[in-house]
Amino acid sequence: MTAAVFFGCTFIAFGPAIALFLFTIAREPLRVIFLIAGAFFWLVSLLLSSLVWFISVQISNKESAAQQKGLLIFGVVLSVLLQETFRFGYYKLLKKANEGLLTLSQEETMPISIRQLAYVSGLGFGFMSGAFSVVNILADSAGPGTVGIHGDSQHYFLSSAFMTMAIILLHMFWGVVFFDACEKRCWWAVGLVVVIHLVVSCLTFQNPDYTATLVPAYVILFGMGVWAFYTAGGSLRNIKLCLTCKDKDFLLSNHRPR
Amino acid sequence: CVRLLNATHQIGCQSSLSGDVGVLHLLESEENLDWVLRTGPNPPYMVILESTLFTRPILMKLKNGSSRVAGVLAVQPTSNPPEGFSPHTSCPNENTGVYSETYGPSYAHCNVTMWNPLGTGISYEEFDFPIFSVKDDNDTEVIRRCYMEHNRAVNGSTPQYPLCAMQLMSHMAAVTDTATCMRRNAPTFSLAPDGVCDPLGDANIWASTKPLNSSTKGHKDGVSVVIAATKLDSRSFFFDVAPGADSAATGLVALLAAASALHNATAELNRTILYTFFNGETFDYIGSSRMVYDMAKNDFTVDLDNIHSILEVGQVALGPDSRLWLHSDPVSKRNSSVNVETLVSNLQAAAAGLNLSLGEPNVTQPLPPSSFQRFLLERPIPGVVIENHQTSFTNKYYQSMFDNAEYLKLNYPPNLTPEEQLELVTDSAKVAPPWIGFFLNKMLYTFLVRVNNSWFDQLVKSDWTGVLSELMLYEINTSERKVKTTEPALMVQCILANLTGSIANITEGNCQDKKMDKDENMNKDIYSYLWVQGPVRPNSTERDSFCVRSLVRQSKALSPAFELSEYTSKNYSTWAESRWSAIKGRIFLVASHDLEMLTLGVGVGVLLMSLLLTYIVSSKADILFSSGREPTNATY
Repeated sequence: MTAAVFFGCTFIAFGPAIALFLFTIAREPLRVIFLIAGAFFWLVSLLLSSLVWFISVQISNKESAAQQKGLLIFGVVLSVLLQETFRFGYYKLLKKANEGLLTLSQEETMPISIRQLAYVSGLGFGFMSGAFSVVNILADSAGPGTVGIHGDSQHYFLSSAFMTMAIILLHMFWGVVFFDACEKRCWWAVGLVVVIHLVVSCLTFQNPDYTATLVPAYVILFGMGVWAFYTAGGSLRNIKLCLTCKDKDFLLSNHRPR
Repeated sequence: CVRLLNATHQIGCQSSLSGDVGVLHLLESEENLDWVLRTGPNPPYMVILESTLFTRPILMKLKNGSSRVAGVLAVQPTSNPPEGFSPHTSCPNENTGVYSETYGPSYAHCNVTMWNPLGTGISYEEFDFPIFSVKDDNDTEVIRRCYMEHNRAVNGSTPQYPLCAMQLMSHMAAVTDTATCMRRNAPTFSLAPDGVCDPLGDANIWASTKPLNSSTKGHKDGVSVVIAATKLDSRSFFFDVAPGADSAATGLVALLAAASALHNATAELNRTILYTFFNGETFDYIGSSRMVYDMAKNDFTVDLDNIHSILEVGQVALGPDSRLWLHSDPVSKRNSSVNVETLVSNLQAAAAGLNLSLGEPNVTQPLPPSSFQRFLLERPIPGVVIENHQTSFTNKYYQSMFDNAEYLKLNYPPNLTPEEQLELVTDSAKVAPPWIGFFLNKMLYTFLVRVNNSWFDQLVKSDWTGVLSELMLYEINTSERKVKTTEPALMVQCILANLTGSIANITEGNCQDKKMDKDENMNKDIYSYLWVQGPVRPNSTERDSFCVRSLVRQSKALSPAFELSEYTSKNYSTWAESRWSAIKGRIFLVASHDLEMLTLGVGVGVLLMSLLLTYIVSSKADILFSSGREPTNATY
């Protein structure tokens, strides 16, 4: 549509992710490394699922639209499962790496906690997933026209950008919850994360009815955000303390041994 | 349309580097132009012009309001407009003909006869938006439908976004005039290594009835030559669509038929006939001015003193009254040494037996635009130009895309295969005796309908077949210092060689070899050799190729202005064509400017908000996440 739409959609899709990266990750080299490794793991999972999808499409009957739609659904489900499998694999790898790092380094404490790792790896997954979702669309949006000559909605670029933002943030929340559940061996939470991921991906089958896709996605985003907040150690009390700016007094007066 | 330049002007159309985008508007009438030029709320507009509205007044108004016009799309009609259409000037080649202040000043600039009265001159105007032409087919229907669905203003209300828009890309590299673009062609000056424009140039084809030694140039003693000339190019407003049926093809085919008919009688002729097919005559006589220049410089096989007389065949499509007119130059006739009367009476005697009446115009008028005028500039030579009009042109579509087979009434019933169409002797060809009509209809079919047919395939040179497969264009093609011969000239060369030459018993290697051959049978100074594809063997796809020896040669048709590097010359043609990279167009929908700005605003807002929130949360992170179950007191 033009440069205005290109920049607008880029900022919408990657704005929160860039902000998070700038303020929390960019200064710590270790976090950057783990972010990129996380992104790479997501990429490998996508590669595998796309290989399976490509082969199955070649084998299938290209004429039948119902079969192609079925294959698409199968592809999405397979991709989600593979992504979560790779998230689990990354978790295992990180545990091993952390032990290794500890034995190598002189200090007694781990340089990076598993909770931070959860956050960083989730964000890495989110970055790469968002990039693959939206970069082609952004490239097309820089041209002079917009979607719609064959009757489609012209809000395609905007809704793609919003969906991408939701997916990036969701990946981050899922990362936090997933790693925490794996630490505590809370397998029902792991399963729930996978199910929610499946639900969000399958929501997109309702496109081009963009409201039916985006509204539930954002509701789930909000829910996951709350869950991740509690998992990461937040609570309502902390928020109230923060908002009323009593934090310093709290620390001084309520110091307790942990 | 593309951009052409001459010594003083640039003509044609230009688009911006990445194409011009405009909201589609189908012009319904001339009053509707107001919407485009003043009242429409979403400029710039891409105007779709139906063929009835593609006229000079409308184009001039669009040109003047060009800040609101992004481009024009002209829809070709399915049949020729009955009232005629000629985008050429009304006085063709008026500055490079023979009539000027020093020679017949009363005849200069069409003072006596306006040769092309229907000429609007739009081919020679400059537009700074692209103008494309499309056939009226399915794609055009899609464009119209897109306009109807999205852009139509119903009952005075403004159409709502998203609107249907079109992007046309035809960026031309050259600007201003020929001298500027030739200067920028030099590799040290411009960043574009392969130049910005090419001079128009091609090849003339000539053949003689008696062998002439082409390695000795200049005057040849004892040789008296009658030049039988015609032109083989034409043009139109748009690049690539220039059939030139009446203006070029009729004369060309007539001369080819004459050459073929006289082939067996050449021994009885006491003078040599030089058949010349000039290329580039539309653009200020490129071919003929070059040949005259070469002759004057003693750089051609014969020179001007060898010429006895000139007979030129102009537009000879017969009208309903079957009359042809013999035009001659009134100024040179006053000179007693110039004997035109004998010529005229000879011609009239020859035509007496046929169903044709030849007359001289009863008005004292100058020569029509013809190659003969360039010869007269050098020397007063007796000559006659045969045309089908007494005063102004009868051709209503001079130098336009409608000067085609339909205008000549070459009606082929649609249910015939191409082979049957080839054999059909149409009414136009019936006027000639059957032993010529046999060739005439095939030649007309080849030049005006379809090149790829079995008769022409037999005659064509074997390594040229790939080039000549589409409907031929008569537009002269550009050269880059070395002249490339293009389709019309190649076709004429092949046909003429086969009709006037003889089969020589020479192998393919020797025939195609350009070097001098020691074999006495081949004398490259006099003859030219062509390895021809030949007919298909029955029951096979192979052909019996053979070598044709003929007296047909090419001569360079590049204006002397480029040889002398006089790019601002007033005497010679200085036409050059700009180069371009891509010519394409596409349609899509565009959204309103407001929506785009809204998107940008939302994006910037989201970015700033998330930056703010993240900063706040991360600075208070130890508080917010303090009730953690983290076993070690790691830092955040």
